[in-house]
Amino acid sequence: MTADGFVALSPLLVAIAAALAAPLLISARRRHGLAAGTAVIGLLAGTAVIPFAATVVPIQVTPLLIIDGFALFVFGLVFLASALVALLMHGYLARRELARKEEAYILLLLAAIGAAVLAASSHFASFFLGLETLSVSLYALVAYTRSRPVSIEAGIKYLILAAATSAVLLLGMAYVYAELGVMGFAELGAALDQGAGGPLALVGFVLMLVAVGFKLALVPFHMWVADVYQGAPAPVAGFLATVSKGGVVAVTLRLLVEQETYRATAFVTGLATMALLSIVVGNLLALLQPNLKRMLAFSSVAHMGYLLVALLASGPSAAEAVSFYLVAYSVTTLGAFGVIGSLVREGGEESESIEQLRGLFWRRPALAAVMTACLASLAGIPLTVGFIGKFAVLSAGVDASHWLLVGTMIVGSVVGIVYYLRVVAVMLREPSDAPASGDVSAGATSGAKAGANTLGSSVPASSGVGLALLAALLLVLGVFPTPVQEWIATAVGSLF
Amino acid sequence: MTLVWLIAIPFVGGVAAWVAGRYREGAARWVALASSAAGLALALETWRRFPVGPMPGGGERWLLQLDAAWMPRFGIGFQLALDGLSLLLIVLTMFIAVVSVAASWSEIRQRAPLFHFVLLWVVAGITGIFLAMDLFLFFFFWEATLLPVYLLIAIWGHEKRHYAAIRFFVFTQAAGLVMLVSILALARLHLEQVGVPSFAYQDLLAVEVPARAGFWIMLGFFLGFAVKLPAVPFHTWLPDAHTEAPTAGSVILAALLLKTGGYGLIRFALPLFPDASAAFAPVAMTLGVISILYGALVALAQTDLKRLVAYTSVAHLGFVLLGVYAWNEAALQGVVMQMIAHGLSTGGLFVLVGLLYERVHTRDLARLGGLWSVVPRMAAVAFVLAMASLGLPGLGNFVAEFLVLVGTFQVSVPLAAIAALGAVFAVVYALRIAQRTFHGPLQEAWTIPDLNRRELALMIVLIAGLVWLGLAPQALLDAAAPALEWLQAPQPATLAIAVGGSG
Repeated sequence: MTADGFVALSPLLVAIAAALAAPLLISARRRHGLAAGTAVIGLLAGTAVIPFAATVVPIQVTPLLIIDGFALFVFGLVFLASALVALLMHGYLARRELARKEEAYILLLLAAIGAAVLAASSHFASFFLGLETLSVSLYALVAYTRSRPVSIEAGIKYLILAAATSAVLLLGMAYVYAELGVMGFAELGAALDQGAGGPLALVGFVLMLVAVGFKLALVPFHMWVADVYQGAPAPVAGFLATVSKGGVVAVTLRLLVEQETYRATAFVTGLATMALLSIVVGNLLALLQPNLKRMLAFSSVAHMGYLLVALLASGPSAAEAVSFYLVAYSVTTLGAFGVIGSLVREGGEESESIEQLRGLFWRRPALAAVMTACLASLAGIPLTVGFIGKFAVLSAGVDASHWLLVGTMIVGSVVGIVYYLRVVAVMLREPSDAPASGDVSAGATSGAKAGANTLGSSVPASSGVGLALLAALLLVLGVFPTPVQEWIATAVGSLF
Repeated sequence: MTLVWLIAIPFVGGVAAWVAGRYREGAARWVALASSAAGLALALETWRRFPVGPMPGGGERWLLQLDAAWMPRFGIGFQLALDGLSLLLIVLTMFIAVVSVAASWSEIRQRAPLFHFVLLWVVAGITGIFLAMDLFLFFFFWEATLLPVYLLIAIWGHEKRHYAAIRFFVFTQAAGLVMLVSILALARLHLEQVGVPSFAYQDLLAVEVPARAGFWIMLGFFLGFAVKLPAVPFHTWLPDAHTEAPTAGSVILAALLLKTGGYGLIRFALPLFPDASAAFAPVAMTLGVISILYGALVALAQTDLKRLVAYTSVAHLGFVLLGVYAWNEAALQGVVMQMIAHGLSTGGLFVLVGLLYERVHTRDLARLGGLWSVVPRMAAVAFVLAMASLGLPGLGNFVAEFLVLVGTFQVSVPLAAIAALGAVFAVVYALRIAQRTFHGPLQEAWTIPDLNRRELALMIVLIAGLVWLGLAPQALLDAAAPALEWLQAPQPATLAIAVGGSG
């Protein structure tokens, strides 16, 4: 590896250094703020050296990793999002009785590194390594709030799911390798261009697609998503929905671009079907959900469906749409889960039921305003980044003449409006409003009342800063998206 | 810069009202009133500067324009421009903003600062709709008004407010997304024909639209605007939204938001797709006539006073749809006139219903009646507004409906004849408003105060506007004429010829 290779890898190396420093610091001095600070500073430092790394890209560093503009862009996204998760996590854990909070940040750093490796991988081996680094850290993170049984349950579910996914992915890779005899993405593309893609390779690709479907929680591989999001601590659920999926989307995009000319019909039809089903099923399930975290989980299924609409459109402008949507979705989803994580009830439980947000506008106006902005962004309403993202995706879909997918996306968005606005409507109700008869059960009412007492406690500075940053990003990128669009355009240009 | 100010004054005023209201509750009203008055002053001053715009063939189309880069990668610019049509609608917008703030003076007691912020946010958004000459920007403003209107209804509305608000949002958002797809498809045609992306109105006018695709794209635009207008059968969101909204919300909805639909048809749907629209005109005009009759008939059956007024809007806006698709000078002048006059007359009626509701806490026609003896001033005002609504000569609505019918007559005699029937129904429902509320025996022993000085002044201003429109419509017609000429003129297809000439 040349010196340039080290320069190109510097963002990753800085993050790895932070991940190594954190346990040492913790063993010397166990303080929650110190551990969180290490993670935040490490991730920000990793982001800060990206311009430095950008001077030598694109460069192939070992056969495993390619550092190009796109990889650096995803590094930036993953590191910044993870830093925000660390801030939210600090606020979340600070208000909970839990022994040994500090290790969460080591896991967070490792997971971020895994996602970054995924984005830079150009070989099956690094693909798999990145995915495993990400997943293994996440098992522990999902189950981190050990006092909550749901958290443990979610951790185990995620463990089983991810293990099965890895197995399927490996099998798919093995089939492809058996047929084509190569494992690097570029060699793979070259082999396929020469017409080497036989039935065995197709089976392999479809198996890999299944694994990706599991990771992105696309229908019909979505059944785990609600339980895991519900059980995971809110900031971790945000991480799962954004950084973890972002890394997988990045590597999928890379893989798809490399085999642009291949695009076997079965493969494309499979993706399109998954997109269609995800939009329809995700939105319908979200519509039926009284639990906020589960609702967001199903809505994330639908959003990944929207993302696939752009992914299917192929070509640089579609890849730009995918990347921008990823940014928009990450900002928005982190904000929403951040707000949920900031609403503590007695015993450290989260305010999960939508009904528990009753009157939030009048009790906690700032949190309610952030939540409303996030929901508006998820619904794709102007002044928010979600609008620009939805516009980009629809634009890609229209340019590719995928009318069925575009139509489904519109219907899905309209259904989405109903359940997003339902949350806003609940937040707008008077806190003292007696619930209409049959509206909610007595249990939910007393829950809301109990919530009313504790929701009033103030948000710790760390998650307050995190939420303020996310809200600002959400609005600023909703009105002035141009700088990010330009960055994405150059980044995506390196893929083609 | 005037164009930016027109949008910025209400928005910044709204934020200022909110902030001021945090320190002193009452300050919010004054700041909101001052900023909407400032907006109105600027709009009127602009009208004074440009009483008549340049006709086609003679130079520049726009009175004022602004073109700044926004998202150059996608050919999206921050393009604003003003012609006579936009100008008149902006004068209406600012005027109605003042009316809405004044009408809410004593009605809104809870969370007044937030209310004024939301109200002025809607006003800024609507001003943006009337000024945007980039289709992305237009859509941006179009959708940006949804959330504040939703909040207006959901926070300060009546009993069924949450249901009505969500219904409004879902309907308009669904139609809006269909329109967005149409905008994208049109932009894609531009990209294919010219080779660079653009969402600019002027560029898209020059796109050569293939007949088959053009029809579908046009239909998307039509749907977006017809739901907002609303034309039967897309009107079902309207009665609930109007009835459940607070007074200012109903006024804004009726006087302004519905007009964005009519404006969109005039500005975009027809000029962008002249051929497809001409083919579609019989259907659209039939829908317009159906709206006129249906709205009037259903209004007759209402027992809720506010719902009755809401349905009259469907009838009035039917004239807009009819006139737009007649697409000749008389009809279009009538449409512009109708949009302004309906804004004043129906806006006024909603204010009146609101004032009445504040006093008696019912809108049930069975419980009202005979109020003339109790509140004579209110009854007199209601009578004049009802007369305006039925199209009495001397008031604005008469001129408007007359022009629309004249224009329609040139295109289709049967449709004009049936639409004229609507005027007969209008007499019945308008008289019903006056009769059932203020005449006849007193149903209950109401002892309520009559209009106070503020309320009376407000109503007099509205009525004066209607009389002015009815007796001296020329200033308005002059301002609108050049803009309408431009819209009807064959579009300069320079770009399409330059590039598409070979193929």
